[in-house]
Amino acid sequence: MSCCAAGAATNLAAERAGQRLPSSEEIWLTSRALGGGLRQTDLSVPGVHCGACITTIEAALRERSEVERARVNLSTRRVSIVWKEEVAGKRSDPGELVRAVGERGYETHIFTPGEGEGDAVLKQLIRAVAVSGFAAANIMLLSVSVWSGADAATRDLFHWVSAMIAGPTLIYAGRFFYQSAWNALRHGRTNMDLPIALAVTLSYAMSLYETIGHGEHAWFDATVTLLFFLLIGRTLDHMMRGRARSAISGLARLSPRGATVLHADGSPEYRAVDEIEPGERLMIAAGERIPVDGCVVSGTSDLDRSVVNGESEPTPVSSGDAVEAGTLNLTGPLVLRATANARNSFLAEIMGLMEAAEGGRARYRRVADRAAQYYSPFVHLLALLTFIGWMLVEGDVRHAMLIAVAVLIITCPCALGLAVPVVQVVAAGRLFQGGVMVKDGSAMERLAEIDTVLLDKTGTLTVGRPRLVNAQHLAPDLLTMAAALAVHSRHPIATAIQDAAARVPPLAGEIREIPGAGIEAETADGVYRLGSRGFATGGVGVESRQSEACLSLDRRELACFRFEDRLRPATAGAIHALGGMGLAVEILSGDREPIVQALAAELGLENWKAGLSPRGKVEVCAAASRSGHKALMVGDGINDAPALRSAHVSMAPATAADVGRQAADFVFMHQALTAVPFAIETSRRAGRLIRQNFALAIGYNAIAVPIAILGYATPLVAAIAMSSSSLIVVANALRLAGTASPNTFGRREHIAPLQPSGSGL
Amino acid sequence: MNTLVYLIPIALVLGGLGLLAFLWAVRSGQYEDLEGASWRVLDEGDGRPQT
Repeated sequence: MSCCAAGAATNLAAERAGQRLPSSEEIWLTSRALGGGLRQTDLSVPGVHCGACITTIEAALRERSEVERARVNLSTRRVSIVWKEEVAGKRSDPGELVRAVGERGYETHIFTPGEGEGDAVLKQLIRAVAVSGFAAANIMLLSVSVWSGADAATRDLFHWVSAMIAGPTLIYAGRFFYQSAWNALRHGRTNMDLPIALAVTLSYAMSLYETIGHGEHAWFDATVTLLFFLLIGRTLDHMMRGRARSAISGLARLSPRGATVLHADGSPEYRAVDEIEPGERLMIAAGERIPVDGCVVSGTSDLDRSVVNGESEPTPVSSGDAVEAGTLNLTGPLVLRATANARNSFLAEIMGLMEAAEGGRARYRRVADRAAQYYSPFVHLLALLTFIGWMLVEGDVRHAMLIAVAVLIITCPCALGLAVPVVQVVAAGRLFQGGVMVKDGSAMERLAEIDTVLLDKTGTLTVGRPRLVNAQHLAPDLLTMAAALAVHSRHPIATAIQDAAARVPPLAGEIREIPGAGIEAETADGVYRLGSRGFATGGVGVESRQSEACLSLDRRELACFRFEDRLRPATAGAIHALGGMGLAVEILSGDREPIVQALAAELGLENWKAGLSPRGKVEVCAAASRSGHKALMVGDGINDAPALRSAHVSMAPATAADVGRQAADFVFMHQALTAVPFAIETSRRAGRLIRQNFALAIGYNAIAVPIAILGYATPLVAAIAMSSSSLIVVANALRLAGTASPNTFGRREHIAPLQPSGSGL
Repeated sequence: MNTLVYLIPIALVLGGLGLLAFLWAVRSGQYEDLEGASWRVLDEGDGRPQT
């Protein structure tokens, strides 16, 4: 237990310092229905690292009545929970599950189902690897006895046994290559699988012919070993391939299904969102999302406009203000006049942007595919020329054919097929250890190419949530009082007060929330107010850069709470590291100009853009790629999602909105921004290793091919050459795993300094 | 030569058994969490089978 106790305590501190817990609504929406009233939720828990963590988390979950099963997977750092939708007639709250894990000191993020779940092709590939491995081992054993000088009759017997093992293996394990080669041929293209399919088939046919004619050399071992190595490469490659992502469906969930339309005579009617026409009046209760673009007719409230500008701080709205579809009404009821229908609203526009923006992803051709394009015609030509050459020299079809097959086998892209996927798997493992999840192997190739980094502000450079900064100057009982009031509001500042208070006692009295102002409670002592200075004390509000809230009793000020959105840990260091890599760094924010300017100055950045709409961010990315730059976009919000899609490559923190996480190529789990230079550095090293591997594979061919063309490549030579080149390539790739990076974010060592200056404990 | 008649089938059957065991292990999810399994073996829990 010892190793976890310390980690748990500090993690809890990190939690209070601004780790956002996913909302119940979000968890419910991302959970998967299993039927029979059961749902499954997968959470990513980057903090688990030993057996005690497993026991702690599983025990915490199992003691809850709604939990049916809970299992931690330590390798993937995930916990999957199966829970009942209803317990004793009450709808269960999945937020409680997350809180239960959070209380034990582990940060959690929603792991979107469908990312790497139930991959049927991968299972088939693993089975094929197993079968071909079995066949390769057995045939190799038989071949070794042939090479060590078995007499003619025994040799024939061994060749026949080998043929009988190799035949079915070829059909079962080789089908992936045959199918892929056939597909390429049908569309008039060639790919890496064509020389593979050809070499495997020809060598088998030739060996069978030799065996029938009591020949001395058979290539069965080479055929199957080739298949085995290539299948390993194919399996690794498949693991690294990006899966189709459903970023757009996540956006669609933000749109409410319908809204209450007010008729001219004041009678309400609930209508589906598609049937709302411009000009109609809508009733929006507190806690609902705005269904269509509109304009406030009456009522005041605070709007969470993070969908539009990425800011967590709500905007107060009153009559006459324009509101966008998808924003969340936090505090008071509003009456709107719709100004657009659902198809022309803000959310629909973002979805359109997402669909249009494919950017670097679609145009990018993977290194392996580019290599294959030149490799396979070259190999075919070489084998053909060898055949013609030996026909001219000797005129013996059988001998010429044997040598041509040997050339095909020797040049078969065995090491080449392993060169890229092995490096990518090792690099992805290293990134995972450092808290970065890779969604797509090609993303690492793209990340190695970038020259510009575009950073979002709120939620990326900063934690994106207000945090109480002056708790140590406050009397604990006042903080407790304020927290008791704050539980009645969804305002982020109220949530920050709750987070800072150790416990929240229930408050007796009449409590109401005044939209756009604060909370008011009539108790035996008098009237407590928590909110803006003007509301709480009746005085004149002073505009300050820092946001604040006042607690008052009968308009007498008791305490003033100050809040600040703080930078992610190690942000300045990370930006410095990016600069050191020769990358241009720029801030793209939807926030107001003075705030972005102040932050840019603090971080020493010259390039920044403020007040950008989602479309504006996409345009910046597009402009960068037009002028020949390759940009990495780091962002978290829904407003960043289109830009994340259109940039050359993209990254999002695990605290990002679901849509942002889905749109990004990389997701980083820990809070520190050093994950960005770490990922770039690892990708660049992976790129270097891939090029080295190609060089090794080509160097091997340069030596082996002349030997094969001259007719000296016996099955024994081929077996040694093939295995050794593959082993060298794999060993070279493994060099990446062993080295530590200065940018790695340590799991526990670095969290301690992040403790809030005063968490009120 | 005569010994080969039964030695080769025996070798193949034994190898085949290994192959089947591996396929079974993959199918029953024993490779899902290699790190976790090494810790779980040390956890005696409350001694009752977990649901």
